[in-house]
Amino acid sequence: MIRFDDVTVTYPDATTPVLRNVDLTIPEGELCLVVGRTGSGKSTLLRCINGLVPHFTGGTLGGHVIVDGRDTREHRPRDLADIVGFVGQEPLAGFVTDTVEDELAYGMESLGVAPPTMRRRVEETLDLLGLAEVRDRPLLSLSAGQQQRVAIGAALTASPRVLVLDEPTSALDPGAAEDVLAALTRLVHDIGVTVVLAEHRLERVVQYADRVVHVPAPGGRIESGAPAHVMQTTPVAPPVVELGRLAGWSPLPLSVRDARRAATSLRQRLSTVQPPSPDAVRGDTVIRLRNIRASYDGVPALRALDLSVARGEIVAVMGRNGAGKSTLLSVISGLRPVTSGIVDVAGDVTHGRPPRDVVRRVGLVPSEPVDVLWAQRVDVECSDADRDASADAGTTRKLLDRLAPGVDDATHPRDLSEGQRLALALAVVLASTPDVVALDEPTRGLDYPAKQQLVTILRDLTRSHHAVVLATHDVELAAELADRIVVLADGEIVADGPARDIAVSSPLFAPQVAKILAPQPWLTVGDVAAVLAG
Amino acid sequence: MVALPPDRAVVTTPARQPRLLHPAAWWGWATAVAIAASRTTNPIVLLLLVSATAFVVASRRPASPWSRSYVVFLRIGLLAIGIRIVLFALLGTGAGTHVLVTLPKVPLPHWMAGVRLGGPVSLDGVLAAAYDGMRLAVILLCVGAANTLTSPRRLLKPLPSAVQEAGVAITVALSFAPQAVASVSRLRTARRLRGRPDTGIRSLRGLAVPVLEGALERSVDLAAAMDARGFGRRAATPARLRLLIAGCVILGGTAVAASSYALIDTSAPAALGLPLLVAGAALVAAGFAAGARRGGRTRYRPDPWRWPEWLVVGAGVATVVVLAFATPSELFPSTSPPRVPDLPLTALLAVAVAVLPAFVAPPLPSPAGRRTTSVPPLRDPVVATR
Repeated sequence: MIRFDDVTVTYPDATTPVLRNVDLTIPEGELCLVVGRTGSGKSTLLRCINGLVPHFTGGTLGGHVIVDGRDTREHRPRDLADIVGFVGQEPLAGFVTDTVEDELAYGMESLGVAPPTMRRRVEETLDLLGLAEVRDRPLLSLSAGQQQRVAIGAALTASPRVLVLDEPTSALDPGAAEDVLAALTRLVHDIGVTVVLAEHRLERVVQYADRVVHVPAPGGRIESGAPAHVMQTTPVAPPVVELGRLAGWSPLPLSVRDARRAATSLRQRLSTVQPPSPDAVRGDTVIRLRNIRASYDGVPALRALDLSVARGEIVAVMGRNGAGKSTLLSVISGLRPVTSGIVDVAGDVTHGRPPRDVVRRVGLVPSEPVDVLWAQRVDVECSDADRDASADAGTTRKLLDRLAPGVDDATHPRDLSEGQRLALALAVVLASTPDVVALDEPTRGLDYPAKQQLVTILRDLTRSHHAVVLATHDVELAAELADRIVVLADGEIVADGPARDIAVSSPLFAPQVAKILAPQPWLTVGDVAAVLAG
Repeated sequence: MVALPPDRAVVTTPARQPRLLHPAAWWGWATAVAIAASRTTNPIVLLLLVSATAFVVASRRPASPWSRSYVVFLRIGLLAIGIRIVLFALLGTGAGTHVLVTLPKVPLPHWMAGVRLGGPVSLDGVLAAAYDGMRLAVILLCVGAANTLTSPRRLLKPLPSAVQEAGVAITVALSFAPQAVASVSRLRTARRLRGRPDTGIRSLRGLAVPVLEGALERSVDLAAAMDARGFGRRAATPARLRLLIAGCVILGGTAVAASSYALIDTSAPAALGLPLLVAGAALVAAGFAAGARRGGRTRYRPDPWRWPEWLVVGAGVATVVVLAFATPSELFPSTSPPRVPDLPLTALLAVAVAVLPAFVAPPLPSPAGRRTTSVPPLRDPVVATR
C-alpha cells in the first residue's frame, strides 16, 4: 500500500538529511506504529506519505514514495487527499470550520463528493466515532478527546485507504485515549484502513500494532518488523517491554495481559521482598489551600478544595480533562483569583502580588511551553531569563544543559523539539529558584529517555527543598515520580494519598508494572530491577 | 440515503422547525435596517431601531463564541458618538443660538483660516453632532447584530464556487483576529510566569513578535491541513475562462458597490442607482454561472431558503419603505433652534416591522440554542492546551 523506495529527505538549510536511504513497505490493512526519540524524523516520515514533504515543507526528496500506485513526486497533497487522510499533532490547528458536522464534511466538499453520499458518510462517521451527541456543537467547546476524534473523523469522511496520525493521544487523558484508540482499531478491523501512527505513549498503543517502524537518530537506519521483534532493542520502550527485557521473557510481551501470564515466576520471586519505600525528606508546609473555590466563566471549576504540600514533596494532580487540574495550578501560581478561601504559598497569597515577588515563590511551566519563550535564539532566551530572575549569568544555560544537553545556542526556540522546548521553559522558570515548581502536562511530546531526565531533575529539586506539583495524565510518570497523588473530579478532591496506595488501588491510575505484578505493590521497572540486581 | 425519521415526515411546516436561519437573510435584514437608520437623524427613531435590533438579537442569538460580539459593537458605537461630539466641540463652527460653554480659543496661523480650534460650543451644534454620531452608531450596531446572529463563516459557506477561494482566504483571515487577541492575552498572562508585569502599556512591549510568530505558525498548520484535505483540488480550468470569471465577478461587484452608494446617498445622480445595480448584478451572475460549470466542489447540507427567510428580509425592506413615508422634518429634526424631536407614526410602524424577525424566524435548535452549564467553558487562556 505504501512503499518507500530509497527515500532521502533533506530540509532546506540543513546540512544532513533527516531520513537517509529509507526502504520501507507497509502492506494494506495494517496498523503500523512509528517509534523513535523526539526529533528523530518520525513526523517527516509521516508527512512523506501524503506528500506534505516536500511539496509543503520544502526541501529535497530523493527516491520515491508510492502510495496506492501514486508517486508523491507527481501528486501534491491535495491530489492524494482521496487516498491519504492526515491528522496532525494539534487537532485545533487543523480545523477549517466552526462546527463538528461542517468539519466532517469539509474534505468531501473539496473533493466534490455528491451531497447524498456526503450526508450518509457524515452520519456514519458520527456513529463510528461516537460524536452524534455533539454534532451541532462549536469545535471550540469540545473536550480534547472529542476534538481529536473530530479530526480523525474529518480525515475519514473522504474514505481514504490510508490514515496517517501524528501523536493522536498525547494530549488526552487515559479514558479519552482509549476511546480514540478503540476507534482506530475499529477502522483497521472493520473497514480495512491502513493506519500509520507515530506516538510517544507506547504503553497505550504498542499492543494494537501489527508492525513497528523504528526511526533512529536523524540519518540512521530504519528498522521495520513485527512489534515483539523490533521492540527488543529500541531505545524507547513502554514499561511492559522494559520489564520483559529485564526478566528475559520471550517472546517479548507487549500487552499487560501477555506480561501477566509470563510473570508468574517473577511474582513469586518478588513476593518475599518489600518494594523500596521512597526516601522523601519532608520539610515544612509550603502550600496551604483552605476551602478554596474558583470559577471559570461562571462555571465552578474548584469547589471547596483543601490541599497542603510540604517542601521536598512531589504531588501529581490527576483526573480527566476538565476536572480542574489546570485551574488548581493557576490558582497556586496566582494567575487566577479564588472566589473564596485562603491561598498561602510560601507565606503569602499569590494572586495580585507583584509578579517579580510571586515567581520567587512559585514557578509554573504552562502546558504550552512556548508561551514563556519569546526570544529569537536560545542563548538570548537564557540571558533574558537570567536577567528576569536576577540570577548569575549562565544560570539558565547551565540548567538547560542538565535538562537537555546539546541545544544549539543559535536555534530559534520554536524550532526545538517538544522535549527541548519543555526543557528550555523549565530552565527559564527554575532560574529564579522558586519554592514551588508547578508543571502543567509536562510529558506532552516527551519520549521515555527525556521523561527519565525530567524525573531525575525534579527529584533533585525536592532534595534541595523545593516542592513540585504537576498536573498530568501520564500514569507512568506519576508512578515514577510522585510521592503523593491527588485525584480531582469536578473540582473536588476525590482521592489524596501516597502514590503507591492510589496507583495500586485504581485500575485507571495503575501503571503497567503495577497491573502486571498485582496484587504486589510494585510501581516501576526501576524498583524491580534494583531488587533483581541486589 | 437513509429514510427520514417519522417525525420529520409528518411535521407540516419544516420551515418553522428549530433551525438556524439562512445567514444571508440576517445580513439582508440588518443591512436594510442600517439603510433605514442612515436616512434619519431623529434620535427617538434611532433609539427605537436599536431596541428593535437588540430585541431580535436577544431572542435569536445562537450560543457560540461569536455571539457575544453585540456588546463590543455597542461600545464601539458609544465611542463613535463620543468622538463625534468631542471633535465638534473642538473644531465646530461655533454658530448657534444656545451657547453652552466657551472653550479657550487656540490661535492658528493664517494659512489655516478655515479651521477653528476652541471657542464657543453651542447646544445646536452638540445636538447635531450627537444625532449624527447616533446615526453612525446605529448603522454599526446593525452590522453587530448580523455578526451576532450568524457566524461570518456561515455567511461564506453558500458562496458560489467562482469566489470560493476568496471565501476561504477570508475565512482564514477572519480566524486570525480572534486568535491574535487570544494569544495576546495568553502571552500577557505568561509574562507573569517570568516575573514581568502583566498590566499596563509596558506589558504589551515585546509581544508583537511572539504573537505574529504564533499566528503565522497556526496559519501554516492550517494551510497544511487544508492542503492535505484536498483544498484547491479541481479539474484544470483553461486560463482564459478563469480570467473571464474573475473579470465578471470583480467588475460586476464593483458596479453593485457603486450603485448601492448611489442608492443610499440621495444626492447622487439617479442614473447611477438602479440601472448600474442591475447591470452589475447581471455581470456577477454570469461570472457565478461560468464558475459553477467548472465544478469540482460540492456543498454539504446547504442552509435552506424558505419563507421565514423571505419574511425576515422582507421585514428589513419594509422598514425602509415605511420610513420613506415620513416627512423630512420628522426624519431630520431641527437642531437650530433645538426642538424636541417628533415621534412620527410612520416611524413607530417601521420599528414594529423591523422587530418582526424575532417572531417569524424559526426558533433556535436546542443544543446550540440554550446556554447551559453542560457546555464546557472555553479553555483556560494560559494553562490549558491550545
